[in-house]
Amino acid sequence: MDETASHRFGRLRLARSLGGPVVVGGTLLILVALLCGFVPLIDGTDPNAISPVNRFKPPSGRYLFGTDGLGRDIFARVMVGGRVSLIVGFSVAILSMIGGVFLGIITGYFRTADAVLSRVLEAFMAIPAVLLAISLIALTQPSIRNVIFAITVSEIPRVTRLMRSVVLSLRNQAFVEAAVAAGTPVPQILWRHILPNTFAPLIVQATFICGSAVILESILSFIGAGAPPTVPTWGNIIADGRNYFQLYPHMIFFPAVFLSTTVLGINILGDGLRDQLDPRMVRNI
Amino acid sequence: MIGLVARRLLAAIPVLFIVALIAFGLLYLAPGDPAAVIAGDIASPEDVARIRESLGLNEPFFVRLGIFLNDLLHGNLGTSIFSNQPVTELIAQRMGPTLSLACLTIVLSVAIAVPLGALAAWYARSPMDWIALTAGIVGFSVPVFVIAYLLVWVFSVKLAWFPVQGYKPLSTGILTWLHHLTLPAISLASVYIALITRITRTSMLEVIGQDYIRTARSKGLGDGIIIWRHALTNASIPIVTVIGIGIALLMGGVVVTETVFSIPGIGRLLVDAILRRDYPIIQGVMILLSAIYVAVNICVDISYIFFDPKLRN
Repeated sequence: MDETASHRFGRLRLARSLGGPVVVGGTLLILVALLCGFVPLIDGTDPNAISPVNRFKPPSGRYLFGTDGLGRDIFARVMVGGRVSLIVGFSVAILSMIGGVFLGIITGYFRTADAVLSRVLEAFMAIPAVLLAISLIALTQPSIRNVIFAITVSEIPRVTRLMRSVVLSLRNQAFVEAAVAAGTPVPQILWRHILPNTFAPLIVQATFICGSAVILESILSFIGAGAPPTVPTWGNIIADGRNYFQLYPHMIFFPAVFLSTTVLGINILGDGLRDQLDPRMVRNI
Repeated sequence: MIGLVARRLLAAIPVLFIVALIAFGLLYLAPGDPAAVIAGDIASPEDVARIRESLGLNEPFFVRLGIFLNDLLHGNLGTSIFSNQPVTELIAQRMGPTLSLACLTIVLSVAIAVPLGALAAWYARSPMDWIALTAGIVGFSVPVFVIAYLLVWVFSVKLAWFPVQGYKPLSTGILTWLHHLTLPAISLASVYIALITRITRTSMLEVIGQDYIRTARSKGLGDGIIIWRHALTNASIPIVTVIGIGIALLMGGVVVTETVFSIPGIGRLLVDAILRRDYPIIQGVMILLSAIYVAVNICVDISYIFFDPKLRN
C-alpha cells in the first residue's frame, strides 16, 4: 500500500484491521495451502503406495500421521487430500459467483424474469444441498470435476438470492435512477453502476461458499458419493478409517483436524471480511 | 388468518411442482447415458436395456413426464431398481428413526441456541457472548462427522456412557431411545445450534437497542422478564425463519449422522441407494425431504401470526 492510501485509511485503522480475524483466518488458510501445495513435492511419498507389512502403524518419526489399513502413509494422503479440498473450495466459490451474479442481476433488475426465476430458486432452496449434489453425482461418473459441478449447482441459488436482494436495493438508489433518467443503456447501468457496488457482499459470500464447499466435498466423499476411492481426499481418508476407528483413531484424527482447521480459517476470514467491508449488506448469515 | 394459510398453501404448489421437475429432469440433464452409469461397469447390454426400460428412458420426454407427475399425485414415487419394491414403502419403513433423530435435534438445538444467543446479546462482550460467537463459528466449520467421531471417541469408547452406534425405537422405552440418540442428536445439532445462536444474537441486539426496552428497564422490570418476554418475543420472527430455512441443512446432516451411527433411517437408505446407483430412491428421498422443508416453512410463516399481533387482521 502506498503512502497516500495508508494515510487515507489512517495507520491505526489499518493496523487494527490487520490484527483482526482476517489475519488469523487468512494465515490458517495460507498455512494449509502452503503445506498441501509444497510438502508432496518435497516429500515425494506416493500417497497410494500400499505396504501390507506396515498396516495400522501409529504415528512415528517415519510415518508422521501413521498408516492406514493398507499400509498407506496417512501424512502423504492428508497433504494430497488437502489439494483436492482447496481446489474444490476455490473452484466452487468462483464458478458459483459467476453463475449467481449473472442470475442475480437478471432476477434483481428485470421484474418479469424475477417472477419466474424466483419460483425456480425457491424450489432449489427447498432441496437440501447435499441431496442435490448426491443426485447429480449418482447420474455421472465419480470425478473431481463432477463433484465441483454438483456442488456449484447446489450453491448457485444462494448466491443468486443474495445478489438479487443487493441489486433490488441498488436499483432504487439515486445514482442508478439518475443514470436511468440520463438515458444510459441498460447493459451499461448493470456493468458500470450496479456490478461494482455488489463486490463487497459478494467477496464475503464467496468466502463462506468456499468453506461450505470444502465441507460438502468431504461429506460427499465420506458417504461414497464424491471423488473416486482412488483419489485421496479428506472425506475419503476419514471414510477409510471408519471401520478401524475404535482401535486406530489416528486414521480419522489427522484428516479431521486438517479439514476442520481449514474450514475454520476460511470462516474466520469471511467473518472478518464481512465486519470490515459492509456489515449492513450481508447480515443474513 | 385463514386467508394467509390458504395463500401460503397455494404458493407452495408451484414450488413443489418445480422440485418434482428438477428431480425428474436431472435424469435427462446428466451427461452421457444415465442407464449405463446406473448399471455400472460390469453390466451386460441387457442389464442396461432393462434399466433404461424401467426408468422409462425409451419413452418420449413429455410422455414420461406425464406418467411421472400422474404417479406422483397418486403418491407413487416409482420402484427401486435394485429391490423392485415401491420407493414409498421403502421410505415409510425408514421414516421412524429419521423423524426421531430430527425432532430430538430440533428440540435440543432450540433449547440450547436460543437462550445462548439471547444471553450473549444481553451481556454483550462478556464471556457468555464469547462462547456464543465461538459456537457460532465452530459449528459451521467442523463437519458433522468430525464432531460425531469426537463425541463417540470420548463418550462411547473412553467413558462408555453411550453406545458407539445403533438405534432403538421409542417403543423400547424413552430412556433406551434417548440413550441411543443422544450422541447422534448432539452431533447433528452442532450446525443448527451455530445457525440459531448467530441469528438469535443478531436479532436480539437489534431489539435491545430500542426505546421500549429502555422504558421497561427504567420502570424497574427484572432482566429476566425483559429478556424473555419483551425482547425475545419481538426478536423471534427472524429466529423462527432461520429455524425453518435450517431444515434443509438438517436434512443434509441426517444423511451423514445416520451413516456414522448406523441408524437405519432415510439417510442410510439414501447412502445404500448411492452405492447401488438406485436413482428412483434418490429421487424419491429428494422429493420427500423437499416437501418436508416446504411444509415446515409454511408452519413457520403461519407462526408469524402468533409472534406478531399486527398480522392477525
